[in-house]
Amino acid sequence: MDIPYTVTARPDTGVFNAKLGVWLFLASEVMLFGGLFAGYVFLRIGAPAWPGALHGETYAHASEVLNVPLATLNTFVLIASSVTMVMAWASLMMKNFARYRLYMGGTIALAFVFLIVKVFEYGSKFEHGLFPSESNFLAIYFTLTGLHALHVIGGIIVNTYFWGPGAKMWRTDPKRFTNRIEVAGLYWHFVDLVWIFLFPTIYLL
Amino acid sequence: MDEHTTASAEDIRKHVRVYLIVFAALATLTVVTVAVSYVHLPILPALVVGLLIATIKGGLVAAYFMHLVSEKKVIFGVLIITAVFLVGMFILTLSSFHDQEGIMTFTP
Amino acid sequence: MANGAKDKNTHAAPELDEAQAAHPTHDPGHGPPPEPGFWRKYVFSTDHKVIGIQYGITALLFLLIGFCLVMLMRWQLAYPGEALPLIGKLFGEANMPDGVMQPEFYNQLGAMHGTIMVFLGIVPLAVGAFGNYVVPLQIGAPDMAFPKLNMASYWVYFLGGVVMLASFFVPAGAAKAGWTSYPPLADIETMGQTMWLIGMLFLITSSLLGAVNFLTTIIQLRAPGMTFMRMPFFVWAQFVTAFLLLLAFPPLEAAAIFQLMDRLAGTSFFLPSGLVVSGEVLDVAGGGSPLLWQHLFWFLAHPEVYVLILPAMGIVAEIIANNTRKPLWGYKALVYSVIFLGFMSFIVWAHHMFITGMGTTISAFFQVTTMIISIPSVVILSALFISLWGGSIRFTTPMLFALGFLPMFGIGGLTGLPLGLAPTDIHLHDTYYVIGHFHYVVAPGTIIALFAGIYYWFPKITGRKMNDRLGKIHFWGTILFMNGIFFPMFIQGMAGVSRRLYDGGQVYQIAEPVIHYNEFMSICAWLLALAQIPFIINFFMSLKKGEKVEANVWKATTLEWSAAPSPPVAHGNFPKLPTVHRGPYEYSVPGHDRDYLPQDEAPTVAVER
Repeated sequence: MDIPYTVTARPDTGVFNAKLGVWLFLASEVMLFGGLFAGYVFLRIGAPAWPGALHGETYAHASEVLNVPLATLNTFVLIASSVTMVMAWASLMMKNFARYRLYMGGTIALAFVFLIVKVFEYGSKFEHGLFPSESNFLAIYFTLTGLHALHVIGGIIVNTYFWGPGAKMWRTDPKRFTNRIEVAGLYWHFVDLVWIFLFPTIYLL
Repeated sequence: MDEHTTASAEDIRKHVRVYLIVFAALATLTVVTVAVSYVHLPILPALVVGLLIATIKGGLVAAYFMHLVSEKKVIFGVLIITAVFLVGMFILTLSSFHDQEGIMTFTP
Repeated sequence: MANGAKDKNTHAAPELDEAQAAHPTHDPGHGPPPEPGFWRKYVFSTDHKVIGIQYGITALLFLLIGFCLVMLMRWQLAYPGEALPLIGKLFGEANMPDGVMQPEFYNQLGAMHGTIMVFLGIVPLAVGAFGNYVVPLQIGAPDMAFPKLNMASYWVYFLGGVVMLASFFVPAGAAKAGWTSYPPLADIETMGQTMWLIGMLFLITSSLLGAVNFLTTIIQLRAPGMTFMRMPFFVWAQFVTAFLLLLAFPPLEAAAIFQLMDRLAGTSFFLPSGLVVSGEVLDVAGGGSPLLWQHLFWFLAHPEVYVLILPAMGIVAEIIANNTRKPLWGYKALVYSVIFLGFMSFIVWAHHMFITGMGTTISAFFQVTTMIISIPSVVILSALFISLWGGSIRFTTPMLFALGFLPMFGIGGLTGLPLGLAPTDIHLHDTYYVIGHFHYVVAPGTIIALFAGIYYWFPKITGRKMNDRLGKIHFWGTILFMNGIFFPMFIQGMAGVSRRLYDGGQVYQIAEPVIHYNEFMSICAWLLALAQIPFIINFFMSLKKGEKVEANVWKATTLEWSAAPSPPVAHGNFPKLPTVHRGPYEYSVPGHDRDYLPQDEAPTVAVER
């Protein structure tokens, strides 16, 4: 007996199973990042200065410690990858599999660009002796952006699967495959959305 | 039925135009928020402006890329419950500071 | 397209007759897949019934392990400093030299008892086992919405359990900072604490996967006619529980990540400036806050209490309706109460933190919400009590346990009120009173209800009934000795005995008048273990030799009994997916010759409206 509503929407709820499932998962992700942000705000309110003292020098603005231009570049990269992701789905809706491959490949490539920029950013921090243990400001910076980077890696794995081996489903069950890309897209846009909040709160404010 | 699964190719082309407009808006807002940060406003206005822009950007992503504008009630139900508990967590956790001025800034 | 899906749902099934469904043929187009091999069928199964049984067995084993840990502790509390005879030396020179328990080992046992019982025993049994097995059957679904995710959820839970148990064998042993892992102590703990955090991350992941699956299943896979207000109360309880798991666990995950960073990367999320450890100022950046951990921890851990208790209430409601042979009193009130309870459980957490110095304004707020949350609990308990009135009660073994739950949970709930008000809590905080209170909720409350569930659904799972005589011995032994353990704790706690003393209070003069209870409580604990032997014998004996019974042995109305064979069809649960025509508890409906009217029975025009 097959499980109903894996491909088509249930009439009274109007969604298929995986879409509801991924939104529920994203709800828990909201609470996860919400908990991390709550911790950040909690510690920052209690701190006498933010970012405060690092290696004997006191900083008044996060932008003096962190690399804002690089983070701005990364913001553009991630927004662009969100656009290519939604275009990949739209291509499938228009039954254009070649274009889907192209856009999905673009999404994955942009995600790698994001991570490479991140590696350079972290690397230069470590070079200057700026480790998470130096201050709560750096601890928050590394923990939150690090966890976000883990989400990016997770997204790369999922998207690469759907770009490569998972794409076989297009031939056997195109509708279900399109659903899968929509659901993978929801996750990827959420990763973008988290960054949209991380960027100003950590780098700019 | 789910609008996206039955949408015609013409509809999708319209969507694509919307996506590109949203992309332009997100890029512009990113530039604006970075530019404002270089002015070094006092913390309160800076916070309001920064969070406002971030919320607009996040809203655009959720509304258009994640199709929330045309999503079903059950999804909104889940998100509203989540939002209520998220706000509750923030307000209640941070209200520990309400009558505890300075307790966290202990220095030996 | 919508109709197509619905048609498939209701009309595709009849093509298979019962025999075919039970022994699947290789029908390439429509039939079930070929019979899976041993590993696929029993180990890496995606069938919610097998996963439910896996959860059940694993969780029962963990309950036993957790109970063994506390029996060791009870030796130390009853006879502090005396060598444990016979088995004492088995625990190694480091833990129990010459059979005498070291304080560090006592702390390991305490921390791991709490962790194992809550996260590896009761939640997996209540949600993973009963939820998995019963919910799809009760809503008329062929399986969970995401069977592979369901399998992953079990195996991640299993890994979490392995990590937790393995932590006993790392240098300096398992976590010693209590199941709450309060920093700064937990931050400067030995390696066992890191294992605890990693184990928790596994368990949290497992719970999240499970919660997503349950919610999607209940929202999407209800059989035709199964509206929300026709769902059995047990399904409602699981539905709310899944929301709690989904939204309350992630903040603890955040906190666990912070604590892992503190321990592994040297950050100071929870370490304040100028912390002195062993006479020296700790060399960390500082500026952190132990209060932050408590907020994030209790944001989960209070809803967690309801994760424990709601499925138990659901089980009791099912059994009471079935054995009083009348509808549950106030079904709608029960449903609204459980929703309200779930909602409120998110905004009462800081009543665990009245003495942390978090401020009086926030304390006042949390006292008010704590008093409010007792209202829906009382509504539920009252409705269950009133349901008994005028029923022709069948005192079956599951019913005995369900009835035992009511007063025991009542004691647990009422003794919680003084803890919810700061003035009384400040006196009682961290005493044995607290231990007594939450054990009444969880042990004679939840565990009793879980036993009720095991006796109730055993015939569903195996097709055989458990032995009644052994079941009754088990019930009376359990209820008697559980009270013997936990009631004296109230007395000790009100006298001011701290819950953290590894010698049971010998060094405390104030404990002197009440310290003699320790021995009595310990003996009760060991007798409680003996009282479980009839259950263990019964469980295994009934598997092989239990009385074979008909599919609907309890003459129940809900779908799992009325529409599915016992045990249910291996692939897809029902020979034919049921259609639901009425609410869940149509017992003793006037004008019928039977005293129960199953949910899926087609209405006869003459009798029904």
